[in-house]
Amino acid sequence: MAQDKLTVATQGDREVVFTRAFAAPRDLVFDCMTKPDLVKRWLLGPPGWTMPVCEIDLRVGGKFRYVWRNQDGRDMGMAGVYREIAAPERIVHNEVFDDDWTGGETTVTSTLTEAGGRTTLTTLVIYANEAARKGALVSGMTDGMEMGYARLDALLETV
Amino acid sequence: MSYRPGLDATFAALADPTRRAILARLATGEASVGELAAPFAMSQPAISKHLKVLEKAGLVSRGRDAQRRPVRVRAQPLAEANAWLEAYRQTLEANFQRLDALLDELKTTQGR
Repeated sequence: MAQDKLTVATQGDREVVFTRAFAAPRDLVFDCMTKPDLVKRWLLGPPGWTMPVCEIDLRVGGKFRYVWRNQDGRDMGMAGVYREIAAPERIVHNEVFDDDWTGGETTVTSTLTEAGGRTTLTTLVIYANEAARKGALVSGMTDGMEMGYARLDALLETV
Repeated sequence: MSYRPGLDATFAALADPTRRAILARLATGEASVGELAAPFAMSQPAISKHLKVLEKAGLVSRGRDAQRRPVRVRAQPLAEANAWLEAYRQTLEANFQRLDALLDELKTTQGR
């Protein structure tokens, strides 16, 4: 079955919602999001990046730490704390990149809903403030149609 | 695609709706500051401030004509920014496609 396309939408002043459906029951999706051996197999970033560090202490107040590495040996790290865990339907965590390119800590709520053997993952990201969201969006958190970028596409065709 | 530090300036410049509108206007041809200010409820100095940000990011250049100093859009930083944006979205989707494959594998091994 064809997968649902990744969708991205803004909500309020400082929220972004991503949704994506998977052809699997939600406990499997939940495992893939929370077990380090499984997380390391898909949460990789651009081609050529690996995930040498994936530590997850899956309990309320528990920490996680991810480090990605590219071919040149450059590392990009992220760390966070779990705030709520209701397996296999909901996880709330805070996260911040080591070099803080999103402009402060973000709060991420992942909700898994299952219907007919398919699971929809809804990821609600709440940025520290409106400016941080704007920065993240224009840094590529969206697909060019959001935030008036349709005009930029038209512009690129003319220059 | 590697991330070029100059892209930060590009994205910061593009984050403002007025500056995006200025670029969209310039896509139709070069314009003076006065011509650019006309459609906006903004003073020429306010527009000039936005132009300085765009110029610093390399998104526009100013002509040498001392009187008019026409503003022109520069294509390359925009193309780089757009390419990076698309690369990022593809990265997210690539992650999810890897997850699709992993889920298929787990379903098979767990007989579900």
